[in-house]
Amino acid sequence: MIFLQASDGFFSWSWVAGHLDDIWDRTVEHLILTGIAVFVGMLISLVLSVIALRFRRTYTPITWFTGFLYTIPSLALFAFLVPITGLSILTAEIGLVSYTLLILIRNTVAGIDAVPAATVESARGMGYTDRGLFFSVELPLALPVIIAGIRIAAVTTIGLVTVTALIGQGGLGFFILRGLSLFYSPIGTTQIIVGTVVSVALAVAVDLSLVGIQRIATPWSRRRVAL
Amino acid sequence: MVATKGCAVIDFLGQVVAWFADSANWLGSSGILNRLREHVQITAAATAASAILAIPPAVWLAHRRIGGTFVVAFVNIGRAIPSFAIVVLFLPISIRLGLGIGFWPTFLALLFLAVPPMFTNAYTGVAEVDPDLVEASRGMGMTDREVLSSVELPMASPVILAAGRVAAVQVVATATLGALVGWGGLGRFIVDGFAIQDNVTVFAGAVLVAGLAIITEVLLGWLEHRLVPVTLRSRPVEVESVVA
Repeated sequence: MIFLQASDGFFSWSWVAGHLDDIWDRTVEHLILTGIAVFVGMLISLVLSVIALRFRRTYTPITWFTGFLYTIPSLALFAFLVPITGLSILTAEIGLVSYTLLILIRNTVAGIDAVPAATVESARGMGYTDRGLFFSVELPLALPVIIAGIRIAAVTTIGLVTVTALIGQGGLGFFILRGLSLFYSPIGTTQIIVGTVVSVALAVAVDLSLVGIQRIATPWSRRRVAL
Repeated sequence: MVATKGCAVIDFLGQVVAWFADSANWLGSSGILNRLREHVQITAAATAASAILAIPPAVWLAHRRIGGTFVVAFVNIGRAIPSFAIVVLFLPISIRLGLGIGFWPTFLALLFLAVPPMFTNAYTGVAEVDPDLVEASRGMGMTDREVLSSVELPMASPVILAAGRVAAVQVVATATLGALVGWGGLGRFIVDGFAIQDNVTVFAGAVLVAGLAIITEVLLGWLEHRLVPVTLRSRPVEVESVVA
């Protein structure tokens, strides 16, 4: 990064110092946009995963459809929605949620499939109902794999939130877009760099927090699951 | 109320169809055909260049079993870096380097984003070849080079080909953002449509970009199926992919 601070002014620390509040607000906005997307994505994925596990035949069409959504470039997906839902937070969230589904469903189904048959059998022998079995045995045991999926979904979403700057949202993407219109000046490049660096830092911080949550939530797996 | 809304949607879709039916939107330097050519051209160039840059070192390092932990970190970092940010960031860099706007910032950004997943996938493909198989081929008297060329590479070929497909689809998606830094491509319709608040052009552009991404995925998937050695076709292939 040294060359970015070369004497001809690629980066302006004074801009950063003068806009700390602004940067903080956009970071919070970025986190909120991400949080909503991952949370809604988790709810939808959980429902679809239960359907896929219960009715095996639906798994292929479900992954086919979510895979189809995953293949559509983000700018195109947002562009599809703008004529319908406008330049709104709803447009951003529909797009962001769409991209979390494939990863979350795949990991949830794989995680629950990996629960040993003997464990399921003994839980049934102990008198667990279908629902009790799912929530008290299968889901907790699948948690490390599910959280691995949430980590990928969260990091991916943090990156994609920046694109939503083009539809009037964007969190830290706002700085990148505004920097783009001033790219010839140090004020512009500074904003591009700030937006990028803070967004990457946010992704790393969220990823590490989820690793921490996983270690606390599934103490039995600490020795077995590599980071 | 519902009826009027339904009419509005049909009316809008009618305008989109009319947009596609207008030959003026297909021809000329800013027509669909030329934009498609630009998009495919930069995608092919960037995918090929990143394959050339990423695959040989990945295969060699995996063959020697060097750098395993580093490789995993590589793709995770790649995922955390927003492609939008990279495309924009390469604009001032490209200008500093005297390469101007348009093709080069887009091309360099695509390269920067496509190399890490390609490298990681190729690396894991070779590193995950059954060690017993490698051991057995050494036992049969194969030289180091033969082990690589006759055992490890063919065994890893499904993963390496899948990595190329995934990278190409990712590059198609990211190349759309090239419209922001002065490149043409199909992203032009979306970006210009946004600028003049013309939803018909925006939507038509989205259809074109999504269509190209899906066609790339399907076409390369088919090619991949044809190229993979027959005996390996039934194996499931898992590769890392990144949304852009």
